[in-house]
Amino acid sequence: MKMIHSLFLINCSGDIFLEKHWKSVVSQSVCDYFFEAQEKAADVENVPPVISTPHHYLISIYRDKLFFVSVIQTEVPPLFVIEFLHRVADTFQDYFGECSEAAIKDNVVIVYELLEEMLDNGFPLATESNILKELIKPPTILRSVVNSITGSSNVGDTLPTGQLSNIPWRRAGVKYTNNEAYFDVVEEIDAIIDKSGSTVFAEIQGVIDACIKLSGMPDLSLSFMNPRLLDDVSFHPCIRFKRWESERVLSFIPPDGNFRLISYRVSSQNLVAIPVYVKHSISFKENSSCGRFDVTIGPKQNMGKTIEGVTVTVHMPKVVLNMNLTPTQGSYTFDPVTKVLTWDVGKITPQKLPSLKGLVNLQSGAPKPEENPSLNIQFKIQQLAISGLKVNRLDMYGEKYKPFKGVKYVTKAGKFQVRT
Amino acid sequence: MSSNSFAYNEQSGGGEATELGQEATSTISPSGAFGLFSSDLKKNEDLKQMLESNKDSAKLDAMKRIVGMIAKGKNASELFPAVVKNVASKNIEIKKLVYVYLVRYAEEQQDLALLSISTFQRALKDPNQLIRASALRVLSSIRVPIIVPIMMLAIKEAAADLSPYVRKNAAHAIQKLYSLDPEQKEMLIEVIEKLLKDKSILVAGSVVMAFEEVCPDRIDLIHKNYRKLCNLLVDVEEWGQVVIIHMLTRYARTQFVSPWREDDGLEDNEKSFYDSDDEQKEKTDKRKKPYTMDPDHRLLIRNTKPLLQSRNAAVVMAVAQLYWHISPKSEAGIISKSLVRLLRSNREVQYIVLQNIATMSIQRKLEILTNLANEANISTLLREFQTYVKSQDKQFAAATIQTIGRCAANISEVTDTCLSGLVCLLSNRDEIVVAESVVVIKKLLQMQPAQHGEIIKHMAKLLDSITVPVARASILWLIGENCERVPKIAPDVLRKMAKSFTSEDDLVKLQILNLGAKLYLTNSKQTKLLTQYILNLGKYDQNYDIRDRTRFIRQLIVPNEKSGALSKYAKKIFLAQKPAPLLESPFKDRDHFQLGTLSHTLNAKAAGYLELSNWPEVAPDPSVRNVEVIDLAKEWTPAGKAKNENPTKKFYSESEEEEDSSDSSSDSGSESGSESGEEDEEGDSSEDSSEDSSSEPESESGRQSDTENRRVAKRNSKTKGKGDSKDEKKENEKSKTSDSSNAESSSVEESSSDSESESESESESESRKVTKEKEKKTKQDRNRLATDVSLLDLDDFNPVSTPVALPTPALSPSLIADLEGLNLSTSSSVISVSTPVFVPMKTHVLLHRMSGKGLAAHYSFPRQPCIFGDKMVSVQITLNNTTDKKIENIHIREKKLPIGMQMHVFNPIESLEPEGSITVSMGIDFCDSTQTASFQLCTKDDCFSVNIQPPVGELLLPVAMSEKDFKKEQGMLTGMNETSATIIAAPQNFPPSVILQKVINVANAGVVPSGQDNIHRFAAKTVHSGSLMLVTVELKEGSTAQLIINTEKTVIGSVLLRELKPVLSQG
Repeated sequence: MKMIHSLFLINCSGDIFLEKHWKSVVSQSVCDYFFEAQEKAADVENVPPVISTPHHYLISIYRDKLFFVSVIQTEVPPLFVIEFLHRVADTFQDYFGECSEAAIKDNVVIVYELLEEMLDNGFPLATESNILKELIKPPTILRSVVNSITGSSNVGDTLPTGQLSNIPWRRAGVKYTNNEAYFDVVEEIDAIIDKSGSTVFAEIQGVIDACIKLSGMPDLSLSFMNPRLLDDVSFHPCIRFKRWESERVLSFIPPDGNFRLISYRVSSQNLVAIPVYVKHSISFKENSSCGRFDVTIGPKQNMGKTIEGVTVTVHMPKVVLNMNLTPTQGSYTFDPVTKVLTWDVGKITPQKLPSLKGLVNLQSGAPKPEENPSLNIQFKIQQLAISGLKVNRLDMYGEKYKPFKGVKYVTKAGKFQVRT
Repeated sequence: MSSNSFAYNEQSGGGEATELGQEATSTISPSGAFGLFSSDLKKNEDLKQMLESNKDSAKLDAMKRIVGMIAKGKNASELFPAVVKNVASKNIEIKKLVYVYLVRYAEEQQDLALLSISTFQRALKDPNQLIRASALRVLSSIRVPIIVPIMMLAIKEAAADLSPYVRKNAAHAIQKLYSLDPEQKEMLIEVIEKLLKDKSILVAGSVVMAFEEVCPDRIDLIHKNYRKLCNLLVDVEEWGQVVIIHMLTRYARTQFVSPWREDDGLEDNEKSFYDSDDEQKEKTDKRKKPYTMDPDHRLLIRNTKPLLQSRNAAVVMAVAQLYWHISPKSEAGIISKSLVRLLRSNREVQYIVLQNIATMSIQRKLEILTNLANEANISTLLREFQTYVKSQDKQFAAATIQTIGRCAANISEVTDTCLSGLVCLLSNRDEIVVAESVVVIKKLLQMQPAQHGEIIKHMAKLLDSITVPVARASILWLIGENCERVPKIAPDVLRKMAKSFTSEDDLVKLQILNLGAKLYLTNSKQTKLLTQYILNLGKYDQNYDIRDRTRFIRQLIVPNEKSGALSKYAKKIFLAQKPAPLLESPFKDRDHFQLGTLSHTLNAKAAGYLELSNWPEVAPDPSVRNVEVIDLAKEWTPAGKAKNENPTKKFYSESEEEEDSSDSSSDSGSESGSESGEEDEEGDSSEDSSEDSSSEPESESGRQSDTENRRVAKRNSKTKGKGDSKDEKKENEKSKTSDSSNAESSSVEESSSDSESESESESESESRKVTKEKEKKTKQDRNRLATDVSLLDLDDFNPVSTPVALPTPALSPSLIADLEGLNLSTSSSVISVSTPVFVPMKTHVLLHRMSGKGLAAHYSFPRQPCIFGDKMVSVQITLNNTTDKKIENIHIREKKLPIGMQMHVFNPIESLEPEGSITVSMGIDFCDSTQTASFQLCTKDDCFSVNIQPPVGELLLPVAMSEKDFKKEQGMLTGMNETSATIIAAPQNFPPSVILQKVINVANAGVVPSGQDNIHRFAAKTVHSGSLMLVTVELKEGSTAQLIINTEKTVIGSVLLRELKPVLSQG
C-alpha cells in the first residue's frame, strides 16, 4: 500500500494552482484524465471520486469549489484517501479561516509545510490539528508582523508533546486566564413529506461541537438527561468508549480548541417531530400556457419556539417560462435559466402565516409537466434540540480551577423536502 | 565515479526537458497571486543572491519564493547549488524549506544532493528527537541510489532509537528504501520483524504499513504480535487502524477456520452410507462437533467493534469489511447502522460506501432484500417507487421499474403486489415507463406462469396503444407463450398484427412470426390461414433475418412431403418450457474483491492488491500466536512459575521447543506436500512433544495436571479411536478459556491447572491434529472412492454425499494412482481407460430455485468412471434447499428418455434441511449422443421437469496410449471417419500447456505423449460404445493449426470438432 503519491489542487476553471509530490514527481498531465472525467460529468459535483488512468489512479474530492486530486499508484482503500483529503481541507480551513484558492495561494509556504507534516511517503503522519499547530503556527497578523521584524519563524523546533503521549490530540502546557468550555448541540432534520402531509421519512442528524479552552490536562465527563435517544454515535478519538458503553457518559480529555465531540443519529420515525407544515396547491392546466402556484407555510410541532431563517426553494419543471407571484412576507426570486424559485420567508409568526401565490407561465405547446415539483425548505430554531436531547451536567477532574461552562442548542432543516 | 557523472548528465538532461514542459504549462496558467514568481530567469538570479546573503530573513524570503515556485509546478532546479548550501542553516524554518526543496530535486541532481548527506548524518545523532526524525525522513526521501547503504544503516539505528517517534519514522523509511532498492528486502524484513515487536501505539500502524508494502506474504512475522496488535488497535491513530485492520483481515482468513456454517443436515445420510470404521467415524464426529471460534478470532472481532464508532469513514469501512469477511454471518449485521451513518457524510464517501453496500446486499441478496422489502413495507416501497416513476428523469423511472421487478422476483410473497403495481403502470402516459413495465412483467410472468391470464388480456389490449417495439415484442412473446391460456384473445391479436405486419419494427415482426407459429400448432383451426398469410408477408420482407425465420418456420410447421423428422417436434420446439430469466443487479460481479479496496471500487485489480484467501479447511496451529515470556521459558522452574501471577503470562507462556515443533507441523499443514512427507512430520512432532513432556518432570503441579490431561486424552482416544483430535482440541479450548478466566484464582482445580502443561498438551494434540487431519482427509477421499466401488452391486445404495459442498472431488496425485488400480474398464485390452487429466469445476443449472420453489439443483460431470454401469456417464447433482422449510422426499420420476437411453437414479432423499445442500450421484447412459435426458425431479409436494444435456466432451473417457498406438489407430480411422478443421489464432494461444488446458477443458480425453513439439494428441473413447476418439492438434507455420478428429462415431466427432474449434481459436 503506497498511499498518496502526489496531490494537485485545481480550481473551478480548471487551473492546477498547487502541486505537491511525496515521492518522485508525477507530471501535471495526469490531471488531463481528471479533466476528461469532469467534462463527461454533467455537474461538477458528479465527477467520480475514483478515476482509473493507465498508470495511476486519481482519487479526488470537491470542497469549497476546489478539487483536491490525489494520485495513487497501488491498491489502497479509497475511503482512506478521501477521508485524508477532507482532513487536509479541514486543516486549511482551520488555519486560514477558509479553504479557498486565494487563502491557499497567500499561504503557500504554510500549506507546503503542513502537507509535508501531514504525509510522509504518502502515509499520514500528523493529522491532529493540535499537533500541527505546535509544529507549524497558524498565521496571524500579529505574528507575521513580529516575524518580519525579529526574523523568528512560525515553525516549532521541538516535537509536540502530544505526538508521544497516549493523548496525541492534546497539546501540553495549555494555559488560559479564562477557562471556558462550550458545547453546541446542533441537530438537522432530514425529512420527506409526501403530498398528503404524512411523513415518508424523517431522521435527525445531530452533532455536538465543542470549543474548549481549559488549562492543563482537564478530564471531562458530560452526561445527558436522556442518552438512550442517541441511536448511532460516532466519536472523536478522545472519548473513552468503555465508559459510554457501560454508563452512557462521555468521558474524555479534550483537544484544545474547536472540535467535533460526537455526531449521532436519531432515526425512529415517531420520535422525530416535524416543526413546519406546508399547504400547497400547484397545478398546471392541460393545453394552456399557465398554471397556479399557491404555497403557505406554518409552524407545527415547534415546542413553542420561533421558526426563523425560513427559505423555500423549488426546482420548477423545464417547461416553466416565468412566474408571477406575490408573497405576503419576505421576497422571492425566480431564475428562468435554472428554473429555481427561491422564496426567502424569514420568521414564521403563527398569527399571520406567510404565503406565496400567483401564476406560472408555461412554454406554449409543450405538454404539461407530469409531476409537481417538490419544495425544499430551510429553517432554524434556536434554543431547541428537536430530538429532545439535553445535557445534564459537565464535570471536570484533574484540574483545580472552576471553568465556565455553556451549552447551546439549535435545530436546522437538513434535507427537508415536501412533495406536492 | 564515472557512473555518477553519467547519472548526472542523464538527470540534467531530464531536467531540461521538464523545464521546457514547465514553461509550456506556465504560459497556459494565468498568473494570479503568483505573478510575482512567474518564471523569469532573471528573477532566479536575484534569488541566488538572496540565498547567498548573510541575513536569515533574506534567505527565508528566497526559500519561500522557491517553495512557491515548486508548489506552482515551476522548475527551480537550477537553484540547487545555491539552496543546498543552506541545508545546515541554524534557522529551523529555512532548514525545513531546504528539506522541501531537496526532496523535490535531489533525484534530478544526484551529485549535488550528496553534498547534503553529511549534514543529515550529523543530524541523525542530534539529541532532539524531532531533528533526528526529520533528518531520517529527508534522508530516506532523497531518491538517490548511491546512498542506499547509508539509509540502511540509518534505518537500523533509528529502529532502535529510544524515541518512538523516531522509530515510527524508521518504519516509514523502510518503505522508501524498499521502493528505491528492492534488493534490500531481506535486511528490511529483519528491521520490520524487530519493529513489529514494538509496543508503542505510535509505531504499530507504520510498521504494519511497511510490512504490507515489503513482505505481505510473511504472515509468520505476525503470529507473535497478533494479540498485541489486536489489543493495541483501539489506541492506534486512525490511519494506522485502517492498515492494521486490513492486514488482520487477511491474516484471519489464513489462520482461522470459517465461522460460516454451510452444511447442516447431512449427517444422517452420511452415517448410513459409511461403515463404522475409524476414519469415517472420525469424520462424522468432526461434522457433529459444533463450531467453536478460535479465541484469537473472537479477540479480533471483539476488539474492532468499538471502532465502528470512529469518526473516520475509512476506519468504519475497514471494520465493516472485516466483519463482512471474517465474522460469523449472524454478527455482521451490526455494521449496517454504521454504514448508513457514513451515507450522511461527504459525497465522495457516499459514493464508495454505496458501492460497498451494493456488493454486500447482492451477496446476501435474499437476506437483505427481505429485510429491506417484506410484505409489511412493500406497499410503502411501491408507493415510494410510484413517486419515482413519475420522475421527470425517465432513465431513473425505468431503473425504478427494474428494481420493482427485482423485488418481485426475489420475494415471492410480494410478487403479486408488484405485478399489480406494474400493471397499474401500464396505463401510464409515458411510453418508456410502459415499455419498461411490459418488459419486466414479461420476465416476471415467465418465472411464474401460473394464473395470470387477466394480466395477459390487459396487455393484449395495450397492444393497440403501445408503440415502443421492445414492449410490443414482449407482449407478443408473452401471448405466444401463454396462448393456451388465452385461447380467445391470441388469434385476435394475431389478426390485428397481420394487418399491421408491414409497418412493424423488425423485432416485432419476428415475434409476430413466432406467435403465428405457436398458434398454428395449438389452434390451427382458427389461425392456419392467418399464419400462412403472415408467412407470405415475411417471405418478401426486406430484412433477411425475417425472411430466414419465415422459411425456417414454414419448413417446421407446415407439413409437406419434404419436411423431415423435425416437424414432429415442432410443437416441442416452439412451446418448450423456457427457463425463467434471473433478474440480477448490475453490481453482481464485484464480489470477488475485498470490500473497501480500490480494486473493488474500480472493479478491476489494482496494482498491489492482495488477494483475500479462502478460509483454510483446517486451522493452522493456533499456538504460534502464543507469546513466550523469554526469561520464564528459558529457565523454567517451579519456583519461577509460582511467582508468575500475571494471568496473561500464565496463559500464553510456553517452552521454546514446543513452539518449534508446532511451527513445523503447522507448516506441513499448510503445504500440500506428499503423503509420506507428512507421515514423517507426524512422527517427528509427536517425538518432539513426548520429549518435552519427559524433560519436565520437575514441575509438580505441572506433572499432575499434565497426567490429568493425558489421562483425558487417552480416555478419549480409547473410546473414539484415532479420530478424536478435534474433540480433544475442543476440550482443550474449553479448559483453556476457563483457564484464562480463572487464572487469578490460585485454588487448584483442574481448570486452573498449570499453564505450562496446559499449553504443552494443547500444542501436542494440536500438532498431531494437524498432521492427522491432513492424512485423514486423503484417506477419507480414498475411502469414499473405495466405497463407491465396493458398493457397486448393492441395491440399497445411498446417495453419495460429499462432506463439503464442493461438487467435484479433489484428486490428489496419489489418488490418481489409486484410481488406476480401481479401473472398471471392460473394453478391449488395447484401450485402457486412464484417469481424467483435469476435472472442470463447471456446473450447469438443472433446476433454478425460483422455478423449483426454493429447491435448486445443479449438475456437473465429475469425469469418474460411473459406478452404476460401465456404459453410463456419471453425473453429480447438487441439491440446495433455499427455502426455510425442510424439503422432503426428493426423488426422480417419469423418465422420458429417448430410446436406448438409460438412467440410474439416486435413492430418494428423505429430507433436506433449510439452507442445506446435498450432492448425489447418478449414472446416465446417453448412448453416445447429445440428446437430452428429461425427467422429473420431485419433492413431496411438487414435480419439476428437468433436463440434462451432456456436452459432447463428457461422453468420453480418457484413454492412455502410446504415440505408436495412436498412429496405428489413427491409420485405421481415416476417410469418412476423419473430420478436420483449420484454426487461425494468435501464436500465443499455442503453447503446449494452453492447448492441453483448452482441449481437456472441453473433452474428457487423455494426453498422448508426443515426440514432436508441434503436434498434440489426445485420446478418448466414448462411454457407451467404447469407440475411440482421437484428437490431433497440429501447429502449422504462422498462426494456423490443424485440428483433426478421427472416430467411428462421426456425429460426435463433428460435434466435438465444432466445440473445440472456437475454444482453440479464441484468446
